[in-house]
Amino acid sequence: MIEIKNLNKVFGDRQVLYDINAVFEPGKCNLIIGQSGSGKTVLMKCLVGLLEPTSGSIIYSGIDFTKASENERKKIRQEIGMVFQGGALFDSMTCEENVAFPLRMFTNWNKQKIADRVKFCLERVNLSHAHKLYPSEISGGMKKRVAIARAIALNPKYLFFDEPNSGLDPQTGIVIDQLIQEITREFNTTTIVNTHDMNSVVEIGDKIIYIRKGYKHWEGDSSSIVKSNNPELIDFVFATKLLKRVQQTF
Amino acid sequence: MLKYLDNFGRYCLLVIRSFSKSPKASIMRELIVRELDNLGIGSLYIVSIISFFMGAVAAIQLAANIDSPLIPMSTVGYGTRETIILEFSPTVIALILAGKVGSNIASEIGTMRVTEQIDALEIMGVNSANYLIFPKIIASLIINPILTVISMILGIYGGYLACTTTGLIDGTTYLYGATMDFKTFHFIYALIKSAVFAFVIASVSAFRGYYVEGGSQEVGKASTKAVVNSSISILLWNFILTRLLLL
Ligand SMILES: Nc1ncnc2c1ncn2[C@@H]1O[C@H](COP(=O)(O)OP(=O)(O)OP(=O)(O)O)[C@@H](O)[C@H]1O
Ligand SMILES: [Mg+2]
Repeated sequence: MIEIKNLNKVFGDRQVLYDINAVFEPGKCNLIIGQSGSGKTVLMKCLVGLLEPTSGSIIYSGIDFTKASENERKKIRQEIGMVFQGGALFDSMTCEENVAFPLRMFTNWNKQKIADRVKFCLERVNLSHAHKLYPSEISGGMKKRVAIARAIALNPKYLFFDEPNSGLDPQTGIVIDQLIQEITREFNTTTIVNTHDMNSVVEIGDKIIYIRKGYKHWEGDSSSIVKSNNPELIDFVFATKLLKRVQQTF
Repeated sequence: MLKYLDNFGRYCLLVIRSFSKSPKASIMRELIVRELDNLGIGSLYIVSIISFFMGAVAAIQLAANIDSPLIPMSTVGYGTRETIILEFSPTVIALILAGKVGSNIASEIGTMRVTEQIDALEIMGVNSANYLIFPKIIASLIINPILTVISMILGIYGGYLACTTTGLIDGTTYLYGATMDFKTFHFIYALIKSAVFAFVIASVSAFRGYYVEGGSQEVGKASTKAVVNSSISILLWNFILTRLLLL
């Protein structure tokens, strides 16, 4: 479980996040939605410790990450898996080596055990034929899947996805969404997904937080979001003509 | 000025961070070997060609400038050896490597920064500065003195060939000069210089790459800055070390 309490983030003289409060539970897909530039990535980077929040606290299963010692942080970090917007695969390594990397760094497993785990992770994301290829040799959707395989290699308790569907066609996007949901249920991870993809919202949103201009504007789930009468939220969720028509059917 | 000091401070902190908290020794060893191959073997070809021709040109120029019958022709061998050991091999090779290796390091690390690969390392709890920069510094410290020695040998040999093939002076006279009055300290001074330059090239270029913000255009700019900054630092250190060690 992750709790955010009164989180603020200021860059120089520019405040990006205002007083965010939220609770994310294990086994659920928690979605953070909002316009481009609303602060989703900044929020996620604060959560995982890539940025220091200006004030407020982030609590991982009872431990305050913002006040934790370097060693405690390291422990929490090893329970975190993150999939970046562009995949962030190491391009000097093959897909297999990418997935093996955290295992080689942080376990004392022998070669065989690592190879087995890599095979398991790659099969879990339905990629059993790309082992020896380099990231530059595979498609965007495959990269995302390798990145997911790498993120789950160490059996993380917390999984973060920054726009997992960006740059993918809707069908591949849904495959990735379903994968995220399955993994969340299967391993009971606390999953947080940044997205502005409305398919994801409806498909996998167990809990949805809408960030608007740095404030938490709305909170709910995928069934309440389509029935909501919050005008800003409606404008954001049903932004296109197609979606406006869809809204009338609810 | 303030910006310069700020950069220098960040540079020092990055170097300190790159020397702390290593992963397992086996992984670090593997990384260093990879960099040795990447930075060393990859530079051997260009270093050889340049050294050979530098030596040849130095010898011909010296020979062409000796008009007086009072100066023995063996001075050509002696002079070529001294200029090569003292200056050409350590400094010129370092400047060439600043261009080749420096831009390579800056663009590699810079690309990893803008594609969030460095963030990915940090998330996993890996000290990215150590993982990326330390092996490059160590590999450079090992390989640069070796390249410098190779360059010395080839440079002196280039001078020899230039003299004998053009018939300026005969081989034995050249070799007599080239082995005359050999000062071991000059050789050591050259090795010290090459090691310092190696550190400068690897760390300054890594610094430029590590703090890239933006996209591929910024990576390009960072690698240009890496070459300029490390070349200037090399010239500065060359002056400081020469003043300290030779006078
Ligand atoms: N390091 C930084 N320094 C200063 N400002 C920043 C920094 N990082 C982000 N910002 C600002 O914070 C705001 C929120 O950015 P953020 O990347 O979180 O948006 P986002 O919601 O993820 O958008 P998108 O959907 O386009 O990814 C932006 O206006 C951005 O300019
Ligand atoms: Mg973003």
